[in-house]
Amino acid sequence: MQLQSVEARYGPVKALHGISLDVAAGELVAVLGANGAGKTTTLRAVSGTVRRTGDVVFDGRKLPRRPDAAARAGIAHVPEGRGTFSELSVWENLRLGAYTRRGSIKDDAQRVFKYFPRLDERKGQQAGTLSGGEQQMLALGRAMMARPKLVLLDEPSLGLAPMLVKEIFERLERMRADEGVAVLVVEQNANLALAHAARAYVLEVGNVVVSGASEELRANESVRRSYLGY
Amino acid sequence: MYIAAFTWTEFAQQITAGVRQGAVFAGLALALVIIYRSTRAINFAQGEMATFTTFVCWSLMNHGLSFWAAFPIVLVIAFVGGVTIERTIIRPVENGPVITIVIVTLGLALLLNGLMSVIWGGGNRPFNGPFSTRTIDVGGVPISVQDIGIVAVSFVLVGLLALFFRFTKLGLGLRAAALNRDSSELVGVRVGWMLAFGWGLAAVLGAVAGMMVAPILFLDPNMMQTILLYAFAAAVLGGLDSPVGAVVGGLLLGVAITLLGRYVGFIGDTLKLPTALLLILLVLLVKPNGLFGRVAVRRV
Ligand SMILES: Nc1ncnc2c1ncn2[C@@H]1O[C@H](COP(=O)(O)OP(=O)(O)OP(=O)(O)O)[C@@H](O)[C@H]1O
Ligand SMILES: [Mg+2]
Repeated sequence: MQLQSVEARYGPVKALHGISLDVAAGELVAVLGANGAGKTTTLRAVSGTVRRTGDVVFDGRKLPRRPDAAARAGIAHVPEGRGTFSELSVWENLRLGAYTRRGSIKDDAQRVFKYFPRLDERKGQQAGTLSGGEQQMLALGRAMMARPKLVLLDEPSLGLAPMLVKEIFERLERMRADEGVAVLVVEQNANLALAHAARAYVLEVGNVVVSGASEELRANESVRRSYLGY
Repeated sequence: MYIAAFTWTEFAQQITAGVRQGAVFAGLALALVIIYRSTRAINFAQGEMATFTTFVCWSLMNHGLSFWAAFPIVLVIAFVGGVTIERTIIRPVENGPVITIVIVTLGLALLLNGLMSVIWGGGNRPFNGPFSTRTIDVGGVPISVQDIGIVAVSFVLVGLLALFFRFTKLGLGLRAAALNRDSSELVGVRVGWMLAFGWGLAAVLGAVAGMMVAPILFLDPNMMQTILLYAFAAAVLGGLDSPVGAVVGGLLLGVAITLLGRYVGFIGDTLKLPTALLLILLVLLVKPNGLFGRVAVRRV
């Protein structure tokens, strides 16, 4: 997946000033940056849920800008706030994850339950009554149901206890290794993100200012001071 | 206030008549709820849409078709009409304020009403329904075949819809689109089409209600107006965003006003509607979201 000088705006406000970025198949890439840097907007530009110019190339093809195009091409976006349907049951949320696919979803559900047994126990429960951690698991599980080639994850750690965040990242890493899914993750917790990601991009006011392998970024003086806090 | 002479046979007949009325309210209330859930607006054209499609049925029957031959054709026309209305008239204002959508539906109601007068002329005319008005004996109570037929058709339709919403992927997509537009798009639901589909379903529900009551009320362009008011009341009573509430609200309302109209002398026929509205007001004082209205369950 590639972004080629993508710009995005909300009405008159320009949020991305020409971002170029790429994620290879099966790669875990992180996007870092301060509040308001445009991290969320970058993900939204990929999934076509914000007005954008410039091309998003996925699997060698340009993605059209229709809102459901990304999902149909195999991109699962877990947005800020998780985007689960709180009024629907856990099972219905998972069914929706596979919405663009034909055929049986039983095997996929079994796979999701293997990663997140808790969801199996709560199949019939209304998603809105799950705990924050369970909802994050549901969001990831729902994304997996689509058998995506790329998962976009926006701040999976938000509002979760550190232990749980670690667990979520470990399962994410396992999913990536086992299933060969590429992951583009936005994360405030830069230490954690760099520990799991192969590469990262650092955004500042709508531009990529630094990018490279995680070790390089960790060694980078200014990145360390601004984002890693040591 | 006086209580009219009471017999159990008549009471059972009144209940049946109430359920029959209620079934029609329920169908139309369900149509209102389906549209309300996706567009957040009351569709004031629901009554005229129903009457229009009933006129189409009448025309088809005038051209020699039997009712049951015309019935499926009318449903298809209603569905396509509903989808077309959403795509052409509602879509441009879909993201605007709710009041704009409401006014557009009011305009649509006037437009359809005028169209009906132009095409078919005003004044009412008899409509030959599919069911005989002969009564049959059900456990010692004489009940008209027509009442049984209307209730059966309404229940079958509502039952089919419930199965559709619950067990099909398209049904799930429709519910998802109504609940959360952004998240639906992220999982690949074509939200715009779902909204149009909802209007199509609402139009079908209205068409069935119209074809069921036309033999009783006679057909004219204003036929559904009072019924639409009852349907509003039923939908609010059940909770505007609850399909189950619409059905239960419709049935309760039908039975309640029939019994009150019959047994509470001063209400009679003329005070039925105000009584219905008063009842609903009382219910809303206790349950502001209606009987089945959504109580938000969301943990943050
Ligand atoms: N819906 C919106 N309407 C107008 N402006 C917006 C909207 N969403 C974001 N913006 C603006 O776009 C810029 C980038 O926002 P974005 O949400 O991408 O930041 P972010 O990096 O995800 O920040 P955070 O870490 O706080 O989530 C910000 O200046 C923000 O104010
Ligand atoms: Mg953000």
